Amino acid sequence: MKLRILIGCLLLVLFSNAQSTAGKKKTSGSSKTIPILNFNSLEPLLHTKSDKIYIVNFWAMWCAPCIKELPVFQEYEKNNPNVEVVLVSLDFPEDIETKLKPFLEKKGITSKVVLLDDPDANSWIDKIYPNWSGAIPFTIIFNAKNRSYHERTFKDIQDLNNEVNNLLKNKEHEKK
Amino acid sequence: MKKSNLFLLAALLVVGLMTSMNVIAQDRKGPPENGERKGPPGGGHNPEQTETLSEMKGYKIGDKATDFELKNVDGTLFSLSDIKNAKGYIVVFTCNECPFAKMYEDRLISLHKEYAPKGYSVVAINPNVSATNDRESFEAMQKRAKEKKFPFVYLADTDQKIVPQYGALRTPHVFLLDAQLKVQYIGTIDDNAKNAKDVKVTYIENAIRALENGEKPNPNFTKSIGCPVKFSR
Repeated sequence: MKLRILIGCLLLVLFSNAQSTAGKKKTSGSSKTIPILNFNSLEPLLHTKSDKIYIVNFWAMWCAPCIKELPVFQEYEKNNPNVEVVLVSLDFPEDIETKLKPFLEKKGITSKVVLLDDPDANSWIDKIYPNWSGAIPFTIIFNAKNRSYHERTFKDIQDLNNEVNNLLKNKEHEKK
Repeated sequence: MKKSNLFLLAALLVVGLMTSMNVIAQDRKGPPENGERKGPPGGGHNPEQTETLSEMKGYKIGDKATDFELKNVDGTLFSLSDIKNAKGYIVVFTCNECPFAKMYEDRLISLHKEYAPKGYSVVAINPNVSATNDRESFEAMQKRAKEKKFPFVYLADTDQKIVPQYGALRTPHVFLLDAQLKVQYIGTIDDNAKNAKDVKVTYIENAIRALENGEKPNPNFTKSIGCPVKFSR
């Protein structure tokens, strides 16, 4: 009897395991889901306790300078395993399937994308960074210790790399 | 025999559970789901930044704005002093193409219709006017103004002479001036760009009402998401 229960449990665990693996594979494909967040659900993504470096970029399809710099983040993430990029889209939720997903696919963007839909921007812009005017592109680079804010476009990978290095330098500095 | 079998199964179960947990942990990338950190991000050491509000050399509340002479879509030159008996001016930096600017076009029209007779006209300025971008060209501005039947002036800030003085960084970006051209409110029109029906706070109307009552607008500074003003410098 006990044995049967155990076998049952084991099968269940194996099954759920397989399922989540399948789910995971799916998210890395083109049909990945883009979660719609409000500020409160976005907020945890702006901090880390891990050893990784996070680059969180606020952008939208309607923002020409944003689109221009997207490949910089994409490339940088590819070349640096310790870097995680989160692209926070300020596009419209109703455009996710019809415009946003096709756009990302066309541009070959595989970085994590979330959509921030929280209309009263005045209430949360200051919570992200008091000196941010609200214009995009806007990028936060952070690790567990340091963070820097950039209300500007990154010209190229070198430009982004310099800012990441500045962040790490600050960290070294603090240790001394 | 039976006992060792049981043992083996239990071990397998534990391993299975652990790997499944591992998968879940990997799925949840990076920052903790329920980070204790709330409110403004603290611990910002030496933030690197450029072109932020703090470095912006635009007007602050109480500064006196200078008048200007800009070309309107009707081809004439327009100055704030052309509006006679003005009690104030709703100066808004906007443009043709920005979706956020477009979402506010109708609201700017009704704002002007309601408040121009009361002495507060909308004065729209396009800081992104460009001869090389045919969607932001002067002709495109004329076309848009005609399509939407703008009841207010729509001015071309050619060579971006005015926008750096005001310090507008995004479109739309509103500056409410009083009769003496003193800046009384800087920011957004209301608290919901995407849906006019869901607006709860009409910042600009509240600010005008405050001026009417001889009070200072509160708040006198708000922020919003908008398209960046394309500085050509």
